[in-house]
Amino acid sequence: MAAIFQGIGATTALSSINSLDSKRFRLSSHRLLSGGKGSFFVVRSDGRSKPGPNPRGRRPEQLITNAVATKADSSAASTTSKPGHELLLFEALREGLEEEMDRDPCVCVIGEDVGHYGGSYKVTKGLATKYGDLRVLDTPIAENSFTGMAIGAAMTGLRPIVEGMNMGFLLLAFNQISNNCGMLHYTSGGQFKIPVVIRGPGGVGRQLGAEHSQRLESYFQSIPGIQMVACSTPYNAKGLMKAAIRSENPVILFEHVLLYNLKERIPDEDYVLNLEEAEMVRPGEHITILTYSRMRYHVMQAAKTLVNKGYDPEVIDIRSLKPFDLYTIGNSVKKTHRVLIVEECMRTGGIGASLTAAISENFHDYLDAPIVCLSSQDVPTPYAGTLEDWTVVQPAQIVAAVQQLCQ
Amino acid sequence: MAFCLTKAKKLIYNHLKSKMGSLGIINHGNWTHPVSFSHPIPQNLKKPDTFFTNNTTLFASRRFESIIAGKHLDSLRNVFDEIEVLNFPGGKVKFTSEMKFLSESPEERIHCYRVLDDNGQPTVHSNSVQIGEEVAVKMYNDMVTLQLMDSIFYEAQRQGRISFYLTTIGEEAINIASAAALNIDDLIFPQYREAGVLLWRGFSLQEFANQCFGNRDDNGKGRQMPIHYGSKKHNYFTVASTVATQISHAVGAAYALKMDGRDACTVTYFGDGGTSTGDFHAALNFAAVMEAPVIFFCRNNGWAISTPVSDQFRSDGIVVRGQAYGVRSIRVDGNDALAIFSAIQAARRMAIGESRPVLIEALTYRAGHHSTSDDSTKYRPVHEIEWWRVARDPVSRFKKWIESNGWWSDEAEFELRSSVRKQLLHAIQVAEKVEKPAIAEIFTDVYDVPPANLCEQETLLRETIKRHPQDYPSHFQFPL
Repeated sequence: MAAIFQGIGATTALSSINSLDSKRFRLSSHRLLSGGKGSFFVVRSDGRSKPGPNPRGRRPEQLITNAVATKADSSAASTTSKPGHELLLFEALREGLEEEMDRDPCVCVIGEDVGHYGGSYKVTKGLATKYGDLRVLDTPIAENSFTGMAIGAAMTGLRPIVEGMNMGFLLLAFNQISNNCGMLHYTSGGQFKIPVVIRGPGGVGRQLGAEHSQRLESYFQSIPGIQMVACSTPYNAKGLMKAAIRSENPVILFEHVLLYNLKERIPDEDYVLNLEEAEMVRPGEHITILTYSRMRYHVMQAAKTLVNKGYDPEVIDIRSLKPFDLYTIGNSVKKTHRVLIVEECMRTGGIGASLTAAISENFHDYLDAPIVCLSSQDVPTPYAGTLEDWTVVQPAQIVAAVQQLCQ
Repeated sequence: MAFCLTKAKKLIYNHLKSKMGSLGIINHGNWTHPVSFSHPIPQNLKKPDTFFTNNTTLFASRRFESIIAGKHLDSLRNVFDEIEVLNFPGGKVKFTSEMKFLSESPEERIHCYRVLDDNGQPTVHSNSVQIGEEVAVKMYNDMVTLQLMDSIFYEAQRQGRISFYLTTIGEEAINIASAAALNIDDLIFPQYREAGVLLWRGFSLQEFANQCFGNRDDNGKGRQMPIHYGSKKHNYFTVASTVATQISHAVGAAYALKMDGRDACTVTYFGDGGTSTGDFHAALNFAAVMEAPVIFFCRNNGWAISTPVSDQFRSDGIVVRGQAYGVRSIRVDGNDALAIFSAIQAARRMAIGESRPVLIEALTYRAGHHSTSDDSTKYRPVHEIEWWRVARDPVSRFKKWIESNGWWSDEAEFELRSSVRKQLLHAIQVAEKVEKPAIAEIFTDVYDVPPANLCEQETLLRETIKRHPQDYPSHFQFPL
């Protein structure tokens, strides 16, 4: 319990970009998907903390801002009073998308097969029928150009969401993303803004081959002017999708191919998450494990084993890949003094590499051991199932690394 | 009576059947339904406007049509007796038993629309728009201003006062006449050789100078190279150095205008070199599919830095590509202000009224160097440059026309040129003295609000400058 309160303290004090009213959080006990014990809580931030005038003059619907601040010991009861509804991650993304499209007529979707086909992972299913095929636009196979189109539309007042059928295809759009999307707000002296969301499934799937197993977060992380977030649960998928759409900056939302069918119970009421915040998955004392996206689940699986062996890992899903939530991460490092980063990126130039540098720079004095980063090898992802498994960090490796670090 | 009723019934029945046919196809669950031939598809696929009007339902149904080909020849033969056609995805095509390849080049190149001859006299039976004195004189004034601005700023670069410049010499008619035929609400997505469009819309000479000097008064806050102008107020989107990326932006913006139902179109400019990019191809293709109100304006000036058009493409210029994408297109004389004016005005009407893209290829010559970093005498003969500059100068050609109408005189010319020259020199002097933007502007506008890491980096930079002031330029300001 103490750990939870400590966690609350950390996140309520977090202000940086958005002001966070300490009353506006709630605890919910939550059955972890890996079946482990312990509770995690999420913090809701007021979606209006970044107010932007709605260019079409429509008033946004009232958000529920007065969350019930439940006490820790009644946390078990709070979920039964507000049951919420169960859905899969891709449905959560769609729900978030649909709510935003209802709220603001400027929001539109652009991508290959997003219209009547409903998207290759069904995230946009049913939207074209509801909003028409102009607002859910099917494009020819030209990623650079339809990303460019989205940028042009955004500069003219729309809020487009670009779907890459697979994140890897967005490599074709690198020119537009780097040179225009990230830059035009700056080079125009702030005259033109580009509130696009670029999203799509990435990561290593099940034998999809090297070209369809790209992890673009490492390639994009340097681009100035963009923000990057990675979702990992239906709850944060919906919240991050909504936050990304409402953001005035270009945001890249990374989804993972293997996480689309995760099921979770999410609240009925409207909520928007903070783009720059990390998520405390499991508070602990001995070591800080930083991870994101699919690796979160491998880490939680390893955590089960670790707990049985007597370790108490603190697991943080960093969620915000650019910029890093160094506040949450820093507090954790100051508590545990040991850091393990588990990612799916390649070793060289990955998110882990940047995170290692950032932590070393800022929290060097608090570390009792060098930072260890577990990542995929610097190889194209092989097709054969066994080979593919070995290029991705597995729970056994995580357990071994923790044991070594905590000696 | 009975006979009439039967006939009427038959007519009604057939009418209903044709309706049912299309409806049957729109039910997109029905994949095995064969293509109905009472479907109202016009035979002549060469008339793009008849084919494309009326048609989201046509296209919706198109998307879900069965792609089973070849199995229904028998039913076909009943409907279309002598003509042998087959319905492939994409529409009906007639068969031919003659194996004939389409020639790679046409017998004759597409004709070029022009109104004024080289002496500034209108050619016979041109269906051009009549321009009044006020507009014509403003056009000429702006063309001269553009010319003078180019020569004076170019000289300023040579004197080391600005770092870079790019002229529009030879393309003044394209710049000014196209701008004159548009409304202020039309959104402009330029490449970099279209400063005249911004000039027409009211960007002042001082503002041009400020951007070139990157000073504190630049509305781009000193973040871009010279000639990378941008002004939201004038609906002129900031120039980016990347080639042809603006073409996709224009299509996206046209999509936004279409969603809003606004009485405006987007216009995007690019050169012959820009048409080789992937962005050009996909943008044209997509604009056609989406029926977006965008005007694609290609300034075919013969050169992409040192690459002549013969090394850039082998098609008959750019205009023929329009048809390949299903985009209406026209070729105009780029040194003829009246031809450009008429073509743009007509294109604008079509783009907005019919919600379609239009491609205009303006043939012209880049009479200046590519930029101040280029010396074009290294790859093309000097006499060729001189000839185009003098004999085919669009400004003097237009001057002859307005003079022949009695709207201009030598005195007016002298006054204009000396006045503009003075203003330009003054603007440069003023811009040169204005301070550069504050340090804070390195970090603002990267995002809507500077995030923690950028704030940190700014603090670090300020500390460093404070500690080592002698190592940093003296005109660094420390804003409050």
